Amino acid sequence: MTAAPIAQAAGRLAPLHVRGELLAGRRVGAFHHLTLAAPGVPERFRPGTFVALSVGETHLARRAFWIHQVKPMGGHGATIQIVVEPVGVGTRWLTGLPTGTGLDVTGPLGRAFALPKEAVSCVLIGEEYAAAPLFPLAERLRERGCRVSMIVAGRDEAHLLSTLEAKRSARSVTVVTRDGSIGQKGSVADVVGDVLRREEAAVVYGAGTVSSLHAVAAAAEEHGAWSQTAIEQPLTCATGLCHGCAVPVVGEDGAPRLARACADGPVFRGDRVRWDEVGK
Amino acid sequence: MSVAPATIELAGLRLVGPVLTAAGCGGTGRELAAYGDLDRLGAFVTRSISLNARPGGPQPRILETPSGLVHATGLPNPGIDQFLATELPWLLQQGARVVVSIVAGSLGEYAELARRLGRAPGVSAIEVNLSSPDATVSGVFDVREPFHAAGAVSAVHRDLPRGLPVLAKLRPDVLRVVETARTVLDAGASAVVVGNALPAALPDGRPAGLSGPAVRPLSLRCVTEVRDALPDAQIVGAGGISSADDARSFLAAGAVAVQIGTALLHDPTSAARIAAELAVDAAHDHERMDA
Repeated sequence: MTAAPIAQAAGRLAPLHVRGELLAGRRVGAFHHLTLAAPGVPERFRPGTFVALSVGETHLARRAFWIHQVKPMGGHGATIQIVVEPVGVGTRWLTGLPTGTGLDVTGPLGRAFALPKEAVSCVLIGEEYAAAPLFPLAERLRERGCRVSMIVAGRDEAHLLSTLEAKRSARSVTVVTRDGSIGQKGSVADVVGDVLRREEAAVVYGAGTVSSLHAVAAAAEEHGAWSQTAIEQPLTCATGLCHGCAVPVVGEDGAPRLARACADGPVFRGDRVRWDEVGK
Repeated sequence: MSVAPATIELAGLRLVGPVLTAAGCGGTGRELAAYGDLDRLGAFVTRSISLNARPGGPQPRILETPSGLVHATGLPNPGIDQFLATELPWLLQQGARVVVSIVAGSLGEYAELARRLGRAPGVSAIEVNLSSPDATVSGVFDVREPFHAAGAVSAVHRDLPRGLPVLAKLRPDVLRVVETARTVLDAGASAVVVGNALPAALPDGRPAGLSGPAVRPLSLRCVTEVRDALPDAQIVGAGGISSADDARSFLAAGAVAVQIGTALLHDPTSAARIAAELAVDAAHDHERMDA
Protein backbone atom coordinates (compact mmCIF):
# COMPACT_ATOMS: atom_id res chain seq x y z
CA MET A 1 0.00 0.00 0.00
CA THR A 2 1.55 3.31 -1.06
CA ALA A 3 0.40 6.84 -0.29
CA ALA A 4 -3.24 7.11 0.74
CA PRO A 5 -5.28 7.21 -2.48
CA ILE A 6 -8.37 8.41 -0.63
CA ALA A 7 -9.18 12.06 -0.29
CA GLN A 8 -9.98 13.30 3.19
CA ALA A 9 -13.70 13.87 3.45
CA ALA A 10 -14.25 17.55 2.77
CA GLY A 11 -16.07 19.78 5.26
CA ARG A 12 -19.68 18.75 5.62
CA LEU A 13 -22.61 21.07 5.29
CA ALA A 14 -24.67 21.22 8.44
CA PRO A 15 -27.71 18.91 8.38
CA LEU A 16 -31.21 20.33 8.35
CA HIS A 17 -34.31 19.42 10.35
CA VAL A 18 -37.31 19.99 8.09
CA ARG A 19 -40.96 19.13 7.67
CA GLY A 20 -40.97 16.77 4.72
CA GLU A 21 -43.65 14.88 2.88
CA LEU A 22 -44.04 11.35 1.61
CA LEU A 23 -44.51 11.78 -2.13
CA ALA A 24 -44.55 8.24 -3.41
CA GLY A 25 -44.08 4.66 -2.31
CA ARG A 26 -43.34 1.68 -4.50
CA ARG A 27 -42.89 -1.91 -3.47
CA VAL A 28 -39.94 -3.71 -5.05
CA GLY A 29 -39.43 -7.29 -3.83
CA ALA A 30 -39.15 -7.24 -0.04
CA PHE A 31 -38.48 -3.49 0.09
CA HIS A 32 -40.42 -0.27 -0.23
CA HIS A 33 -38.82 2.58 -2.14
CA LEU A 34 -40.13 5.80 -0.60
CA THR A 35 -39.72 9.19 -2.24
CA LEU A 36 -39.65 12.15 0.15
CA ALA A 37 -39.74 15.88 -0.23
CA ALA A 38 -37.32 17.35 2.32
CA PRO A 39 -36.52 20.94 1.35
CA GLY A 40 -32.79 21.64 1.28
CA VAL A 41 -31.73 18.11 2.13
CA PRO A 42 -31.15 16.72 -1.39
CA GLU A 43 -28.82 19.59 -2.29
CA ARG A 44 -26.53 18.63 0.61
CA PHE A 45 -26.45 14.92 -0.13
CA ARG A 46 -23.23 12.98 -0.56
CA PRO A 47 -23.17 9.18 -0.98
CA GLY A 48 -23.00 7.44 2.40
CA THR A 49 -25.05 10.05 4.25
CA PHE A 50 -28.46 9.23 5.64
CA VAL A 51 -31.68 10.76 6.92
CA ALA A 52 -33.45 10.31 10.26
CA LEU A 53 -37.23 10.20 10.34
CA SER A 54 -39.64 10.58 13.24
CA VAL A 55 -42.16 7.80 13.72
CA GLY A 56 -44.99 9.73 15.35
CA GLU A 57 -44.75 11.55 18.67
CA THR A 58 -44.65 8.70 21.19
CA HIS A 59 -41.85 6.75 19.52
CA LEU A 60 -38.88 8.82 20.62
CA ALA A 61 -36.03 7.10 18.78
CA ARG A 62 -35.44 8.25 15.22
CA ARG A 63 -35.29 5.79 12.33
CA ALA A 64 -32.30 6.12 10.01
CA PHE A 65 -32.28 5.33 6.30
CA TRP A 66 -29.57 5.53 3.66
CA ILE A 67 -30.24 8.05 0.96
CA HIS A 68 -30.54 5.92 -2.17
CA GLN A 69 -31.21 8.52 -4.82
CA VAL A 70 -31.63 12.22 -5.27
CA LYS A 71 -33.80 13.14 -8.21
CA PRO A 72 -36.16 15.88 -9.29
CA MET A 73 -39.89 15.21 -9.12
CA GLY A 74 -42.41 17.48 -10.80
CA GLY A 75 -43.50 20.36 -8.58
CA HIS A 76 -41.17 19.44 -5.72
CA GLY A 77 -37.71 20.05 -7.10
CA ALA A 78 -35.11 17.63 -5.82
CA THR A 79 -36.40 14.74 -3.73
CA ILE A 80 -34.72 11.89 -1.91
CA GLN A 81 -35.42 8.21 -2.16
CA ILE A 82 -34.91 5.74 0.68
CA VAL A 83 -35.24 1.96 0.78
CA VAL A 84 -37.22 0.53 3.69
CA GLU A 85 -37.71 -3.08 4.69
CA PRO A 86 -40.83 -3.31 6.88
CA VAL A 87 -39.51 -5.43 9.74
CA GLY A 88 -40.13 -3.39 12.91
CA VAL A 89 -42.68 -1.03 14.45
CA GLY A 90 -41.21 2.06 12.78
CA THR A 91 -40.54 0.61 9.35
CA ARG A 92 -44.01 -0.97 9.17
CA TRP A 93 -45.60 2.33 10.19
CA LEU A 94 -43.63 4.19 7.53
CA THR A 95 -44.39 1.79 4.73
CA GLY A 96 -48.08 1.88 5.59
CA LEU A 97 -48.42 5.66 5.33
CA PRO A 98 -50.52 7.21 2.57
CA THR A 99 -48.71 9.54 0.19
CA GLY A 100 -49.02 13.16 1.20
CA THR A 101 -48.24 12.40 4.87
CA GLY A 102 -45.98 14.96 6.56
CA LEU A 103 -42.80 13.66 8.17
CA ASP A 104 -40.04 15.24 10.23
CA VAL A 105 -36.81 14.64 8.33
CA THR A 106 -33.28 15.37 9.57
CA GLY A 107 -30.37 15.14 7.19
CA PRO A 108 -28.19 14.53 5.45
CA LEU A 109 -26.44 13.05 8.47
CA GLY A 110 -23.08 11.38 8.95
CA ARG A 111 -19.74 11.18 7.24
CA ALA A 112 -19.94 10.27 3.57
CA PHE A 113 -17.77 7.81 1.63
CA ALA A 114 -14.35 9.29 0.88
CA LEU A 115 -13.54 9.32 -2.83
CA PRO A 116 -10.24 8.36 -4.44
CA LYS A 117 -8.09 11.21 -5.73
CA GLU A 118 -7.25 9.33 -8.89
CA ALA A 119 -9.10 7.17 -11.39
CA VAL A 120 -8.57 3.76 -9.79
CA SER A 121 -10.38 0.44 -9.74
CA CYS A 122 -13.13 0.37 -7.11
CA VAL A 123 -15.24 -2.53 -5.90
CA LEU A 124 -18.58 -1.74 -4.22
CA ILE A 125 -20.18 -4.40 -2.05
CA GLY A 126 -23.79 -3.93 -0.98
CA GLU A 127 -25.97 -6.26 1.00
CA GLU A 128 -29.77 -6.16 0.83
CA TYR A 129 -31.26 -2.64 1.38
CA ALA A 130 -27.91 -1.39 2.70
CA ALA A 131 -26.68 -1.41 -0.90
CA ALA A 132 -28.76 1.77 -1.34
CA PRO A 133 -25.95 4.35 -0.95
CA LEU A 134 -23.65 2.48 -3.35
CA PHE A 135 -25.61 3.38 -6.48
CA PRO A 136 -25.09 7.15 -6.20
CA LEU A 137 -21.53 6.39 -5.10
CA ALA A 138 -20.94 4.40 -8.30
CA GLU A 139 -22.13 7.40 -10.29
CA ARG A 140 -19.67 9.76 -8.56
CA LEU A 141 -16.82 7.31 -9.01
CA ARG A 142 -17.54 6.87 -12.70
CA GLU A 143 -17.58 10.65 -13.13
CA ARG A 144 -14.02 10.59 -11.77
CA GLY A 145 -13.03 7.98 -14.32
CA CYS A 146 -12.85 5.14 -11.81
CA ARG A 147 -13.49 1.58 -12.91
CA VAL A 148 -16.48 0.43 -10.87
CA SER A 149 -17.43 -3.17 -10.10
CA MET A 150 -20.20 -4.27 -7.76
CA ILE A 151 -21.14 -7.19 -5.60
CA VAL A 152 -24.84 -7.25 -4.81
CA ALA A 153 -25.75 -9.69 -2.04
CA GLY A 154 -28.79 -10.82 -0.10
CA ARG A 155 -30.59 -13.77 1.39
CA ASP A 156 -32.69 -14.27 -1.78
CA GLU A 157 -33.77 -12.50 -4.94
CA ALA A 158 -36.52 -10.52 -3.18
CA HIS A 159 -33.92 -9.02 -0.81
CA LEU A 160 -31.62 -7.67 -3.52
CA LEU A 161 -31.64 -4.10 -4.66
CA SER A 162 -32.07 -3.86 -8.42
CA THR A 163 -29.42 -5.94 -10.16
CA LEU A 164 -30.49 -4.23 -13.38
CA GLU A 165 -29.59 -0.87 -11.93
CA ALA A 166 -26.29 -2.34 -10.72
CA LYS A 167 -25.49 -3.45 -14.27
CA ARG A 168 -26.07 0.10 -15.48
CA SER A 169 -23.87 1.51 -12.70
CA ALA A 170 -20.96 -0.89 -12.85
CA ARG A 171 -18.62 -2.47 -15.34
CA SER A 172 -19.15 -5.89 -13.81
CA VAL A 173 -21.69 -7.13 -11.31
CA THR A 174 -21.45 -10.21 -9.13
CA VAL A 175 -24.74 -11.34 -7.64
CA VAL A 176 -24.68 -13.62 -4.62
CA THR A 177 -27.62 -14.99 -2.62
CA ARG A 178 -27.72 -17.23 0.41
CA ASP A 179 -30.28 -19.55 -1.15
CA GLY A 180 -28.89 -19.39 -4.69
CA SER A 181 -32.22 -18.10 -6.05
CA ILE A 182 -30.25 -15.80 -8.33
CA GLY A 183 -26.54 -15.48 -9.03
CA GLN A 184 -24.00 -17.46 -7.05
CA LYS A 185 -25.05 -19.28 -3.92
CA GLY A 186 -23.15 -18.09 -0.86
CA SER A 187 -22.18 -15.00 1.08
CA VAL A 188 -20.16 -11.82 0.61
CA ALA A 189 -17.25 -13.50 2.40
CA ASP A 190 -17.26 -16.30 -0.19
CA VAL A 191 -16.81 -14.06 -3.22
CA VAL A 192 -15.17 -10.82 -2.12
CA GLY A 193 -11.54 -12.04 -2.26
CA ASP A 194 -11.85 -13.32 -5.84
CA VAL A 195 -13.53 -10.14 -7.05
CA LEU A 196 -10.89 -7.89 -5.49
CA ARG A 197 -8.13 -9.92 -7.17
CA ARG A 198 -9.89 -10.02 -10.53
CA GLU A 199 -10.60 -6.28 -10.54
CA GLU A 200 -7.21 -5.34 -9.04
CA ALA A 201 -9.16 -3.13 -6.66
CA ALA A 202 -7.45 -0.12 -5.09
CA VAL A 203 -10.46 0.98 -3.03
CA VAL A 204 -13.26 -1.17 -1.65
CA TYR A 205 -16.60 0.20 -0.44
CA GLY A 206 -18.96 -1.89 1.68
CA ALA A 207 -22.45 -1.48 3.14
CA GLY A 208 -24.24 -4.32 4.89
CA THR A 209 -24.20 -6.49 7.99
CA VAL A 210 -21.30 -6.33 10.41
CA SER A 211 -20.14 -9.85 9.52
CA SER A 212 -20.06 -9.04 5.80
CA LEU A 213 -18.27 -5.74 6.39
CA HIS A 214 -15.73 -7.56 8.54
CA ALA A 215 -15.10 -9.93 5.62
CA VAL A 216 -14.83 -6.97 3.23
CA ALA A 217 -12.32 -5.17 5.45
CA ALA A 218 -10.26 -8.33 5.89
CA ALA A 219 -10.22 -9.09 2.15
CA ALA A 220 -9.21 -5.49 1.38
CA GLU A 221 -6.40 -5.67 3.89
CA GLU A 222 -5.15 -8.95 2.45
CA HIS A 223 -5.31 -7.55 -1.06
CA GLY A 224 -3.60 -4.28 -0.11
CA ALA A 225 -6.65 -2.13 -0.92
CA TRP A 226 -8.23 0.69 1.11
CA SER A 227 -11.66 -0.02 2.50
CA GLN A 228 -14.54 2.24 3.41
CA THR A 229 -17.30 0.52 5.35
CA ALA A 230 -20.73 1.95 6.12
CA ILE A 231 -21.85 0.56 9.47
CA GLU A 232 -25.49 0.32 10.36
CA GLN A 233 -26.32 0.40 14.07
CA PRO A 234 -29.61 1.01 15.82
CA LEU A 235 -29.62 4.76 16.46
CA THR A 236 -31.55 6.81 18.98
CA CYS A 237 -31.01 10.45 18.06
CA ALA A 238 -29.01 9.86 14.85
CA THR A 239 -27.53 13.34 15.24
CA GLY A 240 -24.57 12.77 17.58
CA LEU A 241 -26.28 14.06 20.72
CA CYS A 242 -26.95 10.93 22.76
CA HIS A 243 -23.77 8.82 22.48
CA GLY A 244 -25.90 5.69 22.22
CA CYS A 245 -24.43 4.16 19.05
CA ALA A 246 -20.85 3.39 20.01
CA VAL A 247 -18.61 1.75 17.42
CA PRO A 248 -15.26 0.37 18.66
CA VAL A 249 -12.46 1.79 16.55
CA VAL A 250 -8.74 2.38 16.66
CA GLY A 251 -7.83 6.06 16.52
CA GLU A 252 -5.15 7.61 14.32
CA ASP A 253 -2.90 7.47 17.38
CA GLY A 254 -3.42 3.70 17.53
CA ALA A 255 -5.42 3.94 20.76
CA PRO A 256 -8.76 2.10 21.06
CA ARG A 257 -11.76 4.40 21.20
CA LEU A 258 -15.52 4.34 20.95
CA ALA A 259 -16.81 6.44 18.07
CA ARG A 260 -20.41 7.34 17.31
CA ALA A 261 -21.87 5.48 14.33
CA CYS A 262 -24.09 8.44 13.46
CA ALA A 263 -21.75 11.41 13.78
CA ASP A 264 -18.23 9.98 13.49
CA GLY A 265 -19.48 7.43 10.92
CA PRO A 266 -21.46 5.81 9.51
CA VAL A 267 -18.57 5.34 7.08
CA PHE A 268 -15.36 4.17 8.75
CA ARG A 269 -12.08 2.99 7.32
CA GLY A 270 -12.33 -0.79 7.47
CA ASP A 271 -8.88 -1.14 9.02
CA ARG A 272 -9.86 1.18 11.88
CA VAL A 273 -12.85 -0.80 13.15
CA ARG A 274 -12.43 -3.39 15.91
CA TRP A 275 -14.84 -5.74 14.16
CA ASP A 276 -14.99 -8.46 16.81
CA GLU A 277 -16.32 -5.94 19.32
CA VAL A 278 -18.96 -4.17 17.22
CA GLY A 279 -22.38 -4.30 18.88
CA LYS A 280 -21.00 -5.50 22.22
CA MET B 1 -43.07 43.72 17.58
CA SER B 2 -39.51 43.00 18.51
CA VAL B 3 -38.95 40.09 20.83
CA ALA B 4 -36.87 41.54 23.62
CA PRO B 5 -34.77 38.91 25.35
CA ALA B 6 -36.48 38.27 28.65
CA THR B 7 -33.56 37.61 30.91
CA ILE B 8 -33.95 35.49 33.99
CA GLU B 9 -31.87 35.19 37.11
CA LEU B 10 -30.67 31.74 38.12
CA ALA B 11 -28.17 31.14 40.90
CA GLY B 12 -26.97 34.72 40.57
CA LEU B 13 -26.48 34.40 36.81
CA ARG B 14 -28.36 36.51 34.31
CA LEU B 15 -29.48 34.23 31.46
CA VAL B 16 -31.13 35.19 28.16
CA GLY B 17 -34.07 32.92 28.86
CA PRO B 18 -35.32 30.02 30.95
CA VAL B 19 -34.49 27.18 28.51
CA LEU B 20 -31.36 25.13 29.16
CA THR B 21 -30.22 21.86 27.65
CA ALA B 22 -30.12 18.81 29.92
CA ALA B 23 -26.82 17.07 30.55
CA GLY B 24 -26.03 14.27 28.13
CA CYS B 25 -28.55 15.33 25.50
CA GLY B 26 -26.67 18.04 23.63
CA GLY B 27 -23.61 16.10 22.49
CA THR B 28 -20.49 18.25 22.66
CA GLY B 29 -22.54 21.26 21.59
CA ARG B 30 -21.18 21.18 18.04
CA GLU B 31 -23.82 18.71 16.90
CA LEU B 32 -26.63 20.73 18.48
CA ALA B 33 -25.39 24.05 17.07
CA ALA B 34 -26.36 22.84 13.58
CA TYR B 35 -30.02 23.23 14.59
CA GLY B 36 -30.02 26.52 16.50
CA ASP B 37 -27.61 29.08 17.92
CA LEU B 38 -26.40 28.06 21.37
CA ASP B 39 -26.29 31.68 22.56
CA ARG B 40 -30.08 31.84 22.25
CA LEU B 41 -30.42 29.28 25.04
CA GLY B 42 -30.31 30.17 28.72
CA ALA B 43 -27.33 27.87 29.03
CA PHE B 44 -25.74 24.82 27.49
CA VAL B 45 -25.34 22.09 30.10
CA THR B 46 -22.57 19.68 29.11
CA ARG B 47 -22.75 15.92 29.36
CA SER B 48 -21.43 14.80 32.75
CA ILE B 49 -17.66 15.20 32.77
CA SER B 50 -15.48 13.03 35.01
CA LEU B 51 -11.85 13.38 36.11
CA ASN B 52 -10.68 10.62 33.76
CA ALA B 53 -12.12 9.68 30.39
CA ARG B 54 -14.98 7.18 30.47
CA PRO B 55 -15.55 5.08 27.34
CA GLY B 56 -19.17 4.32 28.22
CA GLY B 57 -21.00 1.04 28.59
CA PRO B 58 -21.83 -1.92 26.34
CA GLN B 59 -24.52 -2.09 23.67
CA PRO B 60 -27.40 -1.69 23.61
CA ARG B 61 -27.12 1.58 25.47
CA ILE B 62 -30.50 3.13 24.68
CA LEU B 63 -33.84 1.55 23.86
CA GLU B 64 -37.24 2.97 23.10
CA THR B 65 -40.14 2.38 25.47
CA PRO B 66 -43.65 3.90 25.21
CA SER B 67 -43.20 7.70 25.40
CA GLY B 68 -39.73 7.21 26.82
CA LEU B 69 -36.18 6.02 26.43
CA VAL B 70 -34.40 3.55 28.71
CA HIS B 71 -30.71 4.22 28.77
CA ALA B 72 -27.49 2.98 30.32
CA THR B 73 -24.81 4.87 28.44
CA GLY B 74 -22.24 4.62 31.24
CA LEU B 75 -21.63 8.39 31.10
CA PRO B 76 -19.15 8.44 28.19
CA ASN B 77 -16.97 11.56 28.18
CA PRO B 78 -13.37 12.51 27.34
CA GLY B 79 -12.36 13.48 30.90
CA ILE B 80 -11.87 16.96 32.32
CA ASP B 81 -8.50 17.77 30.68
CA GLN B 82 -9.66 16.98 27.18
CA PHE B 83 -12.97 18.77 27.83
CA LEU B 84 -11.22 21.94 28.98
CA ALA B 85 -8.76 21.83 26.09
CA THR B 86 -11.13 21.17 23.19
CA GLU B 87 -14.82 21.38 24.03
CA LEU B 88 -15.13 24.31 26.44
CA PRO B 89 -13.24 26.86 24.29
CA TRP B 90 -15.44 26.06 21.30
CA LEU B 91 -18.64 26.46 23.35
CA LEU B 92 -17.47 29.82 24.70
CA GLN B 93 -16.58 30.93 21.18
CA GLN B 94 -20.22 30.36 20.22
CA GLY B 95 -21.27 32.74 22.96
CA ALA B 96 -22.92 29.93 24.92
CA ARG B 97 -23.40 30.15 28.67
CA VAL B 98 -21.74 26.95 29.81
CA VAL B 99 -22.85 24.93 32.80
CA VAL B 100 -20.49 21.99 33.29
CA SER B 101 -22.15 18.86 34.59
CA ILE B 102 -19.78 16.75 36.65
CA VAL B 103 -19.79 13.24 38.02
CA ALA B 104 -17.15 11.52 40.15
CA GLY B 105 -16.27 8.27 41.85
CA SER B 106 -15.34 9.80 45.20
CA LEU B 107 -15.51 13.00 47.21
CA GLY B 108 -11.81 13.55 46.46
CA GLU B 109 -12.54 13.41 42.74
CA TYR B 110 -15.40 15.89 43.16
CA ALA B 111 -13.04 18.29 44.91
CA GLU B 112 -10.41 17.86 42.20
CA LEU B 113 -12.96 18.52 39.45
CA ALA B 114 -14.05 21.67 41.30
CA ARG B 115 -10.46 22.92 41.55
CA ARG B 116 -9.84 22.38 37.82
CA LEU B 117 -13.12 23.99 36.80
CA GLY B 118 -12.60 26.87 39.21
CA ARG B 119 -9.45 27.79 37.29
CA ALA B 120 -11.09 27.46 33.85
CA PRO B 121 -12.15 30.81 32.43
CA GLY B 122 -15.65 31.15 31.10
CA VAL B 123 -17.55 28.50 33.06
CA SER B 124 -20.87 29.93 34.30
CA ALA B 125 -21.82 27.25 36.81
CA ILE B 126 -21.23 23.66 37.87
CA GLU B 127 -24.03 21.12 37.91
CA VAL B 128 -23.37 18.18 40.19
CA ASN B 129 -25.00 15.06 38.78
CA LEU B 130 -26.49 13.45 41.88
CA SER B 131 -28.97 11.34 40.02
CA SER B 132 -27.16 9.08 37.58
CA PRO B 133 -29.70 6.26 37.32
CA ASP B 134 -27.11 3.56 36.67
CA ALA B 135 -24.63 4.76 39.28
CA THR B 136 -24.45 1.34 40.89
CA VAL B 137 -22.73 -0.15 37.85
CA SER B 138 -20.81 2.79 36.50
CA GLY B 139 -18.45 3.38 39.44
CA VAL B 140 -20.04 6.70 40.36
CA PHE B 141 -20.10 8.00 43.93
CA ASP B 142 -23.26 6.62 45.49
CA VAL B 143 -25.63 9.45 46.38
CA ARG B 144 -28.82 7.60 47.11
CA GLU B 145 -28.91 8.98 50.64
CA PRO B 146 -29.44 12.73 51.03
CA PHE B 147 -26.37 13.14 53.26
CA HIS B 148 -24.22 11.57 50.53
CA ALA B 149 -25.62 14.06 48.06
CA ALA B 150 -24.84 16.89 50.46
CA GLY B 151 -21.29 15.53 50.86
CA ALA B 152 -20.70 15.70 47.13
CA VAL B 153 -22.09 19.24 46.91
CA SER B 154 -20.00 20.54 49.80
CA ALA B 155 -16.86 18.88 48.37
CA VAL B 156 -17.44 20.82 45.16
CA HIS B 157 -18.59 24.05 46.77
CA ARG B 158 -15.62 24.23 49.15
CA ASP B 159 -13.10 24.19 46.32
CA LEU B 160 -14.79 26.60 43.96
CA PRO B 161 -14.04 30.32 43.79
CA ARG B 162 -16.78 32.51 45.21
CA GLY B 163 -19.30 33.52 42.60
CA LEU B 164 -19.18 30.24 40.68
CA PRO B 165 -22.54 28.71 41.56
CA VAL B 166 -23.30 25.04 42.11
CA LEU B 167 -26.48 23.46 40.82
CA ALA B 168 -27.45 20.09 42.26
CA LYS B 169 -29.32 17.77 39.92
CA LEU B 170 -31.69 15.50 41.81
CA ARG B 171 -33.66 12.43 40.84
CA PRO B 172 -37.43 12.92 40.54
CA ASP B 173 -38.13 10.63 43.49
CA VAL B 174 -41.19 12.19 45.06
CA LEU B 175 -40.56 10.54 48.45
CA ARG B 176 -36.99 11.80 48.89
CA VAL B 177 -36.70 14.88 46.74
CA VAL B 178 -37.64 17.48 49.36
CA GLU B 179 -35.26 16.09 51.95
CA THR B 180 -32.46 15.85 49.37
CA ALA B 181 -33.12 19.35 48.08
CA ARG B 182 -32.96 20.76 51.62
CA THR B 183 -29.66 19.06 52.42
CA VAL B 184 -27.91 20.04 49.17
CA LEU B 185 -29.04 23.66 49.52
CA ASP B 186 -27.69 23.65 53.09
CA ALA B 187 -24.44 22.22 51.72
CA GLY B 188 -23.96 25.18 49.41
CA ALA B 189 -25.97 24.54 46.25
CA SER B 190 -27.41 27.74 44.78
CA ALA B 191 -30.28 25.96 43.04
CA VAL B 192 -31.67 22.50 42.55
CA VAL B 193 -32.38 20.87 39.21
CA VAL B 194 -35.36 18.62 39.86
CA GLY B 195 -35.77 15.78 37.42
CA ASN B 196 -33.42 13.35 35.80
CA ALA B 197 -33.96 9.83 34.60
CA LEU B 198 -35.82 7.53 36.97
CA PRO B 199 -34.07 4.31 37.97
CA ALA B 200 -35.24 1.59 35.59
CA ALA B 201 -33.88 -1.50 33.86
CA LEU B 202 -33.14 -2.53 30.30
CA PRO B 203 -34.91 -5.68 29.08
CA ASP B 204 -31.77 -7.70 29.89
CA GLY B 205 -31.97 -6.51 33.50
CA ARG B 206 -29.08 -4.05 33.45
CA PRO B 207 -29.67 -0.96 35.63
CA ALA B 208 -30.72 1.98 33.48
CA GLY B 209 -32.64 5.23 33.54
CA LEU B 210 -36.07 6.06 32.15
CA SER B 211 -36.48 9.49 30.53
CA GLY B 212 -38.91 11.29 28.31
CA PRO B 213 -42.56 12.31 28.40
CA ALA B 214 -43.33 9.12 30.37
CA VAL B 215 -41.71 10.67 33.49
CA ARG B 216 -42.95 14.24 33.01
CA PRO B 217 -45.91 14.14 35.41
CA LEU B 218 -43.66 12.65 38.11
CA SER B 219 -41.06 15.36 37.63
CA LEU B 220 -43.69 18.06 37.74
CA ARG B 221 -45.01 16.64 41.02
CA CYS B 222 -41.47 16.73 42.44
CA VAL B 223 -41.13 20.39 41.45
CA THR B 224 -44.37 21.25 43.23
CA GLU B 225 -43.30 19.33 46.34
CA VAL B 226 -39.98 21.19 46.54
CA ARG B 227 -41.64 24.53 45.88
CA ASP B 228 -44.22 23.95 48.64
CA ALA B 229 -41.66 22.77 51.19
CA LEU B 230 -38.86 25.20 50.26
CA PRO B 231 -40.51 28.32 48.83
CA ASP B 232 -37.21 30.23 48.71
CA ALA B 233 -35.33 27.55 46.75
CA GLN B 234 -34.53 28.19 43.11
CA ILE B 235 -35.73 25.22 41.07
CA VAL B 236 -34.87 24.20 37.53
CA GLY B 237 -37.46 21.76 36.21
CA ALA B 238 -36.56 18.85 33.98
CA GLY B 239 -38.06 15.58 32.85
CA GLY B 240 -39.80 14.90 29.56
CA ILE B 241 -40.38 18.54 28.63
CA SER B 242 -41.08 18.45 24.88
CA SER B 243 -43.08 21.57 24.08
CA ALA B 244 -43.49 25.18 25.13
CA ASP B 245 -46.70 24.19 26.95
CA ASP B 246 -44.81 21.58 28.96
CA ALA B 247 -42.22 24.21 29.87
CA ARG B 248 -44.96 26.67 30.86
CA SER B 249 -46.46 24.14 33.27
CA PHE B 250 -43.09 23.72 35.02
CA LEU B 251 -42.58 27.49 35.18
CA ALA B 252 -46.11 27.94 36.52
CA ALA B 253 -45.34 25.30 39.18
CA GLY B 254 -42.51 27.43 40.47
CA ALA B 255 -39.46 26.55 38.38
CA VAL B 256 -37.33 29.53 37.30
CA ALA B 257 -35.94 27.61 34.34
CA VAL B 258 -36.30 24.29 32.54
CA GLN B 259 -33.98 21.77 30.94
CA ILE B 260 -34.70 20.05 27.65
CA GLY B 261 -33.20 16.58 27.32
CA THR B 262 -34.87 13.61 25.68
CA ALA B 263 -36.88 15.91 23.41
CA LEU B 264 -33.61 16.93 21.73
CA LEU B 265 -32.97 13.33 20.79
CA HIS B 266 -36.33 13.17 19.03
CA ASP B 267 -36.15 16.65 17.52
CA PRO B 268 -32.82 18.49 17.68
CA THR B 269 -34.58 21.82 17.16
CA SER B 270 -36.86 21.42 20.21
CA ALA B 271 -34.85 23.48 22.72
CA ALA B 272 -34.38 26.35 20.26
CA ARG B 273 -38.06 26.27 19.35
CA ILE B 274 -39.27 26.20 22.97
CA ALA B 275 -36.87 29.04 23.84
CA ALA B 276 -38.24 31.11 20.94
CA GLU B 277 -41.86 30.48 21.95
CA LEU B 278 -41.21 31.41 25.58
CA ALA B 279 -39.43 34.58 24.42
CA VAL B 280 -42.65 35.61 22.68
CA ASP B 281 -44.59 34.99 25.94
CA ALA B 282 -42.12 37.17 27.80
CA ALA B 283 -42.43 39.95 25.22
CA HIS B 284 -46.22 39.88 25.57
CA ASP B 285 -45.92 40.10 29.36
CA HIS B 286 -43.58 43.02 28.88
CA GLU B 287 -46.11 44.80 26.65
CA ARG B 288 -48.87 44.23 29.18
CA MET B 289 -46.71 45.69 31.91
CA ASP B 290 -46.02 48.73 29.74
CA ALA B 291 -49.72 49.26 29.00
